[in-house]
Amino acid sequence: MIELSDVTKRYPGGHEAVSHLSLTIEQGELVFLTGHSGAGKSTLLKLIAAIERPTSGNVVVNGQNVGRMKRPALPFFRRNIGLIFQDHKLLYDRSVFDNVLLPLHIQGMSGSDAAKRVRAALDKVGLLKKEKTRPITLSGGEQQRLCIARAIVSRPALVLADEPTANLDDAYARDIMDMFRAFNEVGVTLVISTHDQELIHRYGGRSVNLAYGKLVA
Amino acid sequence: MKAWLTHHLHSLKIAAQRFRDAPLATLFTILVIGVAVAMPSGLYVLLSNLDRAAGGVKPQVELTLFIKADVPENESRALAASLGKQAGIAEVVFVSKADGIKKLEAAGLSDITAGLPANPLPDTLIITPSDSSPAALQELNDRLEKLELTQQIVMDTDWIKRLSALMGLGKNLVFLLAALLGLALAAITANTIRLQIYAQKDEIEVAQLIGATDRFIRRPFLYFGGIQGLAGGLAGWAIILLGGYFIESSVAQVAVAYGATFDLHGLGLDELLSLLGGSTLLGWLGAYFSVNQALRQFANG
Repeated sequence: MIELSDVTKRYPGGHEAVSHLSLTIEQGELVFLTGHSGAGKSTLLKLIAAIERPTSGNVVVNGQNVGRMKRPALPFFRRNIGLIFQDHKLLYDRSVFDNVLLPLHIQGMSGSDAAKRVRAALDKVGLLKKEKTRPITLSGGEQQRLCIARAIVSRPALVLADEPTANLDDAYARDIMDMFRAFNEVGVTLVISTHDQELIHRYGGRSVNLAYGKLVA
Repeated sequence: MKAWLTHHLHSLKIAAQRFRDAPLATLFTILVIGVAVAMPSGLYVLLSNLDRAAGGVKPQVELTLFIKADVPENESRALAASLGKQAGIAEVVFVSKADGIKKLEAAGLSDITAGLPANPLPDTLIITPSDSSPAALQELNDRLEKLELTQQIVMDTDWIKRLSALMGLGKNLVFLLAALLGLALAAITANTIRLQIYAQKDEIEVAQLIGATDRFIRRPFLYFGGIQGLAGGLAGWAIILLGGYFIESSVAQVAVAYGATFDLHGLGLDELLSLLGGSTLLGWLGAYFSVNQALRQFANG
């Protein structure tokens, strides 16, 4: 499903966040990206989601060469990916419900069909009762769950999560990992970056360790 | 189709919401656009009124044709009759030598006329042209000068030439002003949209990350720009109406002083529609350029 071959990402100024990295992720896999901060985990996720383009090498997702994708094609590519951010990137000027509605709205869905899917997603992350509140009133764990609901509402086959449990206490982190495992069990491919080794031990799955932009065996 | 309509309605709602969020700033922007629109349009209205006023004066332009002294009166009369039928001539009044003297006496100059040994006046034709544009007058003047019986033609076209040149200058000024202030209008809109884009930066970024097309992001801004332009156009129209109302009584006074009746005309329906359409279009264009520039700057694309 995801194939990176000899991928290098060099930022202006010469810093190589990812260097000569090759990696294949099959459909339905649960993959943890680990490594110290600055090891290139976030950059790798951004390369897969076409938020960054590789300096050299190929990133192929679902048979599409993401690095060479034309700008007008990007939105349609991204609609197949659920993105979960460490800083949530929620919109604080609208309700919990409207935050989750946004991806469906962007895809042209509206009315009762969309509302049903939004409530299903909110139900999955346990926020159904808070649909009318503003995200600013939610706790950190709830905000992260809201971000997850927004990522899965359009039922993507691939979910990318960047440090989803970084700022959460243990109980919340376990909640969220349970959710991810449930998604994986219904066939969703998940790539999760984390520096929490204990989490990986507890949940199993494939672990890809990065150091200075390179794979560590 | 339904999804498309929902999208547009939603964009319109967002645009309206943004107006409501900053009513004072919006009001000022609309006022600025209104002034920018009112200046060339007001000048245009003024010019078309002047043109109309000058048109009312033009029929009074006359050519005076003096006939050679040795021509008998019946030949002069025949010429007057034939000229009266020619194209480009609205009316010919024949004033005979004898009538001319009588007119002078009636004007209180009998002392002078009584002292004359013989009537020195020629037969005279007073010709009113049907077309009083400078070119047509010149052409008519040349034609009459070639006539065998013509001694001299007196025509005062200088003031008409001056007026016509002034009107031409005025029209060019309107174009220049309209072009400059149109540019200003687009720039004003682009700037307000730019400020909005920076206020909406998070939303645009998130929308791009979860698969929004440029078109989707652009649409509410375009609506905003267009509506703002339209509102500015309406404000400009209101300014012109108010201005007209303000100077109407003094215009009437001037008209009375010239012994004429004259009322101001505002913009016609088609002129109003093109004003509103133009300001809407410029607002939309300003928004379009501004959003496109911003979309290219954001790194998520």
